[in-house]
Amino acid sequence: MSEAAVSSSGEALDDGAKGFVQDFSSDMQAFHVPWGKAMMWIFLLSDTFIFSCFLVSYMKVRMSTTDPWPYPSEVFALEAFGYNVPLLLIAIMTFILITSSGTMALAVNMGYRKKKKTTFWLMVATAALGASFVGMQAFEWTKLIMEGVRPWENPFGAAQFGSSFFMITGFHGMHVTAGVIYLLVVANRVRTGFYERRGNNYEIVEIAGLYWHFVDLVWVFIFALFYLW
Amino acid sequence: MSSDEGQQHPLTIYWIMWTALFVLSGFSYATDFMDPGYVRWSLILILMFVKAGGIVFIFMHMGWERLALKLAILVPPVFIGVLIILMALEADNTFLTRIEFFGDSPMEVETPGHH
Repeated sequence: MSEAAVSSSGEALDDGAKGFVQDFSSDMQAFHVPWGKAMMWIFLLSDTFIFSCFLVSYMKVRMSTTDPWPYPSEVFALEAFGYNVPLLLIAIMTFILITSSGTMALAVNMGYRKKKKTTFWLMVATAALGASFVGMQAFEWTKLIMEGVRPWENPFGAAQFGSSFFMITGFHGMHVTAGVIYLLVVANRVRTGFYERRGNNYEIVEIAGLYWHFVDLVWVFIFALFYLW
Repeated sequence: MSSDEGQQHPLTIYWIMWTALFVLSGFSYATDFMDPGYVRWSLILILMFVKAGGIVFIFMHMGWERLALKLAILVPPVFIGVLIILMALEADNTFLTRIEFFGDSPMEVETPGHH
């Protein structure tokens, strides 16, 4: 189901391994996608390496410290209905981000179907869910800072816990914030008919969607490696 | 740039993926109630990679892209494995050096060179 790709001389290109060789061997466009999409993928690849550096350095400090690592299950527990529920807020944040990924996927689909209004509202819903995620993260940070967690020390155990926590979740939260702004800008242009005037082309919604799904993707790794481990 | 419309797929695929992500995340959260150990760690990693794969291949449409784009984007992250191995070895080394020089808990030693 990949997009029909043609060479510069107009011949249809093969799929699979043969197509891969054709794409890279001839003097022509290697990626048969809109340039914006190829560039977004390459940006996301570089971002993958940045987040990997944070997560690998977190692994390194956690493995090398001789102090006990604070148990995230208890550090991030919240009291609800008289019970101490482990990772309650983190679980809610996870489900919010997944929900926003779903609304974004639908927005991309509706964009290609030229349903302007539905696309706009789905994108606004995605941005709103993202904003609530950032709000909860601010709450989480406030709670931990009040409990005395600092990048250089904390009352629960190994000092490296604080620096890892603030770096990783801070950088991710910054990505979510940027994503909310990005989505709102694109959503507004969908609403005003900006893309309609430009050949009725909603590819930019898919490109914005790639960024948003990536933010969710990174959270999957942070949730597993930082909060659950 | 191709003039025909890009990634259009039936909505059912998205509903299935969305539901699967919810269920798998529920399982992920459930691992937090298990005792730490190899079973829990394996489950955390397996669920993490299944969710990540679903997001990349379905939501980000990588599964429908041409092989040239797939390989260009998905192969480089594999080399992060090299960094993980190197840093894990280095972490072990640091850990043993700390035990050697500071004893069990370096934080209880007031300042290096104090005694």
